[in-house]
Amino acid sequence: MDWLFFGEISLAGLAMGGLYALIALGFVMIYKATRVINFAIGEIMMFAAYLFLAFAGGMELSAWIALPLAVIGGSILGGVIEKTMIRPMLGESPISVVMVTIGIASILVGLVEFIWTADPQLLPSFLPREPVFIGPLYLAPKIAYGFLIGSALLIIYLLYFRFSRGGVALRATASDQAAAYSMGINVRRVFNLAWVFGSLAASLAGVLVAATGGLSPQFGIIGLSVLVVVIVGGLDSILGALVAGVFIGWLETVAGAYLGGEYRMPATFVVLAVILVIRPYGLFGTHEIERV
Amino acid sequence: MRIGDAKQTYEADEAIWTSSTQKFWFGLLMLILLLFPFMVDSYLLYLGCLVGIAVISATGLNILTGFTGLISLGQAGFMGVGAYTVAWLSLNTGLPFPVTLLLAGLAAAAVGILVGLPSLRVKGLYLAIATLAASVFLHFIFAEWESVTGGMGGLSLEPAHLFGLTFQSDFRMYFIIVPLAVLMVFAARNVLRTRVGRAFIAIRDRDISAEILGINLLRYKLMSFALSSFYAGVAGGLFAYFYRVVTPESFPLSMSIFYLAAVIVGGMGNLLGGILGAAFMTLVPEALKLLTAALTPFYPNAPVFMSPMLEIIFGALIVGFLIFEPHGLAEIWHRIRRFFRLWPFRN
Repeated sequence: MDWLFFGEISLAGLAMGGLYALIALGFVMIYKATRVINFAIGEIMMFAAYLFLAFAGGMELSAWIALPLAVIGGSILGGVIEKTMIRPMLGESPISVVMVTIGIASILVGLVEFIWTADPQLLPSFLPREPVFIGPLYLAPKIAYGFLIGSALLIIYLLYFRFSRGGVALRATASDQAAAYSMGINVRRVFNLAWVFGSLAASLAGVLVAATGGLSPQFGIIGLSVLVVVIVGGLDSILGALVAGVFIGWLETVAGAYLGGEYRMPATFVVLAVILVIRPYGLFGTHEIERV
Repeated sequence: MRIGDAKQTYEADEAIWTSSTQKFWFGLLMLILLLFPFMVDSYLLYLGCLVGIAVISATGLNILTGFTGLISLGQAGFMGVGAYTVAWLSLNTGLPFPVTLLLAGLAAAAVGILVGLPSLRVKGLYLAIATLAASVFLHFIFAEWESVTGGMGGLSLEPAHLFGLTFQSDFRMYFIIVPLAVLMVFAARNVLRTRVGRAFIAIRDRDISAEILGINLLRYKLMSFALSSFYAGVAGGLFAYFYRVVTPESFPLSMSIFYLAAVIVGGMGNLLGGILGAAFMTLVPEALKLLTAALTPFYPNAPVFMSPMLEIIFGALIVGFLIFEPHGLAEIWHRIRRFFRLWPFRN
């Protein structure tokens, strides 16, 4: 076994896993606050990446202006989706709400194809190109810098949750909606905020992932990997999202490198199936006790 | 206005036929279905076959999701099992189609039971994701188990045959697909008014309460999975005979979503809804194609925009129905019927 190769692959996988953790964090945020499983997260990422393409490629803005604009665009999209399509579904069965997000995903794919055609696109490169070495291990610069930017946002989010007023309101709503409401927290605004921040994380990750791997209307399939991450970690656990994100990213890359690309999805789904059987609520998720 | 409709026994309430009017309209529908292939061109015939296959599969999914409350994203995978079973059997054994279709249904049912096993522990959306995992594995098996499934290239098979008669054309396939669809919907209607069907509905409404009432959850949930995937398997087998080529890409995840959408748009937990939804969702893309063809002389770019429009319309239908008409097309149909039933006294 070639340890150097394994090390490099693992490193790339861990960096990818960092981005997964960021997306999963956005997902978990939305789930914790509003109890909605968002199947459209991959498509929100895709939409933000296309916005970046439009700003940086089409309008020829500097990438460092285009990136915030695209991320803001993605967050606004999340907020609009929540206001117009998720809010009316309040109190409906979870199946219905999930199907709404699947419908939204389909609409977004159609819109993107409508505006930017179905052809695959390359994002203008904006990250530094010098190769990165960690000890003897080489890491592709795009992945390395993507990981750095992603982790920066991740840390900001974690601090925000812990210390800011909005973060506390979010956690309060997540743990008990009625109590939060009676303490004067504007639960509706929290719902909207969760969608905006969740989509913000997804949008940034979307641009970063698309910068390394290219962009097409099928990009949203990455949402399936994220789904695996959040189920393995536990739908309502931030710690779970981080741990499982890094682990699944690593596993996917290693399986892809050693067994071939067609094994990437099955490998992670094996983990998913095992976790579902052993711990149906994920590694760190809350076990809900059902009462009649 | 309909009068004299007060039911006095449970049998009368459970009966499939409650009035002679109903029998009359059903007979008329059967007559139309019988004469349909003699009156229309090949394109409509092709659509008729597609709708028939979709109705079988959607009815199966409706039993599982609409009546038992178990969400499945694996319907396309189960159809794939059925299709590959038919393809393999017809290539290697030369059995006639009633046998291969039955075996296709049974094979899919066996896989369905396997997939359903976690359903006792795993509930709701977690179950949906477990079935999603199953469909990923099935797709992987279809693509990689080359000695049986032919890998990515897939299998192409001989036309269906019985007693030396081959069913090559759409015209002949119609007479397999549509009677089978009618039969299977009828069977579903019958199952749902038995003890088994009532157990399904009890599980859907509250599984813990159902268990306290003495319903063996695992047994009935697995039964529902088996029944639903049997339907999917038969539909997949018909799909194989209809297109006569089966590849792993014939049964993508989007197809599972399509069937879930069909059941939702039609009306969950309503057999009529499943039928209407399947027909509607199959015909919408075709209607859009016709519209595009009509617009092309004026807007030469129209065909380019067709596929994105289709995605948008598909999504908008799901979202729109869920928000504005959660009980689906079946509810619209009932409203129309109610209007005529009360007419002219109230409108």
